Amino acid sequence: MKFFIDLANSMRAGIEGMGASATTAEIILTAITTLAVVIFILLHVVVLLLAERRLSAMFQLRLGPNRLGPLGIGQVIADVVKTLGKEDIIPAGADKFVFKLASTTLFATALLAWAVIPFGNGMIIQDLNIGIFYFIAIGSTATISVVMGGWASNNKYALIGGMRGVAQMISYEIPMVFSLLGVVMLTGSMKMSDIVAAQENMWFIIPQFIAFFIYYVAATAEINRAPFDLPEGEQELVAGYFIEYSGIRWALFMMAEYANMVAVSAIAVTMFLGGWNAPFGLTFIPGIVWFLIKLYLMLFTFFWVRWTFPRLRVDHLMHFGWKFMIPVSLANIVVTGIGIYVYRMITG
Amino acid sequence: MLKTEELTLNMGPVHPSTHGVYRCVLTLNGEYIQNAVNHIGYLHRGLEKLAESRTYNQFIPYTDRLDYCSGLANEMAYVLAVEKLMGIENEIPERAQYLRVICAELQRLASHGICVGSFALDIAGSTGFFYSFRDRDRALELINMIGGNRLTPNFMRIGGVAHDLDEYFLNELNQFCDDLPACFDEYEGLLAGNEILQTRSKGVSVVSKEMALDYGFTGPNARASGIDTDLRRDEPYGIYDRFDFKVPVLQNGDTYDRFVIRVMEMRESVKIIQQAIKDMPEGPVMAKVPKVIKPPVGEVYHRIENAKGHLGFHIVSDGSTKPYRTRIYSPTFVMLSAFPEMAKGTHIMDAVLILASIDIVLGEVDR
Repeated sequence: MKFFIDLANSMRAGIEGMGASATTAEIILTAITTLAVVIFILLHVVVLLLAERRLSAMFQLRLGPNRLGPLGIGQVIADVVKTLGKEDIIPAGADKFVFKLASTTLFATALLAWAVIPFGNGMIIQDLNIGIFYFIAIGSTATISVVMGGWASNNKYALIGGMRGVAQMISYEIPMVFSLLGVVMLTGSMKMSDIVAAQENMWFIIPQFIAFFIYYVAATAEINRAPFDLPEGEQELVAGYFIEYSGIRWALFMMAEYANMVAVSAIAVTMFLGGWNAPFGLTFIPGIVWFLIKLYLMLFTFFWVRWTFPRLRVDHLMHFGWKFMIPVSLANIVVTGIGIYVYRMITG
Repeated sequence: MLKTEELTLNMGPVHPSTHGVYRCVLTLNGEYIQNAVNHIGYLHRGLEKLAESRTYNQFIPYTDRLDYCSGLANEMAYVLAVEKLMGIENEIPERAQYLRVICAELQRLASHGICVGSFALDIAGSTGFFYSFRDRDRALELINMIGGNRLTPNFMRIGGVAHDLDEYFLNELNQFCDDLPACFDEYEGLLAGNEILQTRSKGVSVVSKEMALDYGFTGPNARASGIDTDLRRDEPYGIYDRFDFKVPVLQNGDTYDRFVIRVMEMRESVKIIQQAIKDMPEGPVMAKVPKVIKPPVGEVYHRIENAKGHLGFHIVSDGSTKPYRTRIYSPTFVMLSAFPEMAKGTHIMDAVLILASIDIVLGEVDR
């Protein structure tokens, strides 16, 4: 972990040594780190694509793609080449501008969320004071892209899918935010580095277990993963809001889904699982490795859930969201507040 | 007030969940179905007319294409009808009778396997689909051993079966039957026991006993609505009266019952196969029937308990080598006609599930 920070510092010194001002050096360095993170995400998407296919095959008594290269790694390249090579079809009745915009904006929001995710101590693009607030704000803009895609396609299935997407994502944003509030209350800060540092001795999953559960369920709904993949609704809506997309635009939707999945997993790791902190004092393993291990454990549970559960119905989903998740998350905030008050009274 | 209007959604004929080329025009209020209109006939091949220009034996392979998920049972219905017409139903050798029962029940396992699997798929639990299809595939492999084809075995003959089945096949079948109950437990754990599946299917699209009788429901769908009917027990054909099996009957008539009853029936089918293997005598598998089949002038109607309901053949003979008229009574055609009423007022997600629970096969609906 020291290596990356040293690298960044030496690069900064190098740029400044070439006669640039400190601000210019900062801008250039931010650009470089952003590029590195984007590449990191894209690599993740590629790895996850293969992992999901192989793991789902394991869950389903199949083999999965195993012919192209060792463990089917070549399948990823084949998939990318295939999606890039497909014709980009825009339906005749579609709102062309919005149609083209929707896939791009969805992927952009998925990328933007990564600005505040700490990979290790000091390894964060922008350690904003309102880090977690920024993540939530960016996450909620994805809703607009979904309805844009659904509406602009001029397709009834897409329209229903888009509408479902809006209803679901707005409903489940609230318990997701509320569940994160408990952690923010414990830390007293919305800064990501503070939140991780506060978990050095005890991960927040222990005092905030209910919040973690709510976050997990709400996040699954937020990123439209099964069993909450109602906007896609493969069985009745065929593909939902991106039914009319093809080629690279369709791939952007899929990449956004995976990037979002990694992002919410990373937030879960940061907020509840101690971020880069090593468990049991195993500090000889660098923080970023711990971060990735925890991240992949979270991602594995997302796969596991997806390939086990059937899909909920829309009204059940709304009932669950408004009548169970939100009251429980509110109760969690109240209990956390009382707990903090009592703790302060005892410790003075 | 906002101005709202109904949405007409054309579901099919190219749609992942219509189980073939079935088209349904839905009128939606939001996502709730106001009205559904069936459009069938995309798979119409004129099988009834084709029968008139084929000899009796030549038509047997065509029956495989009726309900292509239960080829052997369709053949059995047809050959039993022709034998009844010829008056030779008591001359069929014992071993052939047992082989026919084994075939029909094996085919019932394969057919119900499709129903369970596609139900799981339509509720988006694709893992259940693969669990069910793993077992169905073993059944299909056995059917492949019987007739050389997985879906269209063409094994039954008028007067018996095409050839005897060897020890190897029977051992494999025995092994299959021993393994199956554990697989059914898996379905019940993964699918029927799942909370989401239960909330989505219990109480959805309830078909009352009266409604089921009015529409003429037969088979598992009728039994799920509380109608205690099974032709294997009520009017035994072949040698079904020799077997000891239960007829599961459920009372609710909802989507969940229609799904669960199929797993229950599969358990009973396994028992029948095991009894048949145990009791099967040695001997010939073909009765002495003339090379050219010329049934006497007359007509006959015979129906059997197919995997999906009563499958009936009405054959009119004019004494020649070809039937004057063949009419096929298809159970799923009848039950599909109830779909608009069953789907009315339900959510579009449930409509897909209801369709899966009726277990239609368009090859039989359109004929």
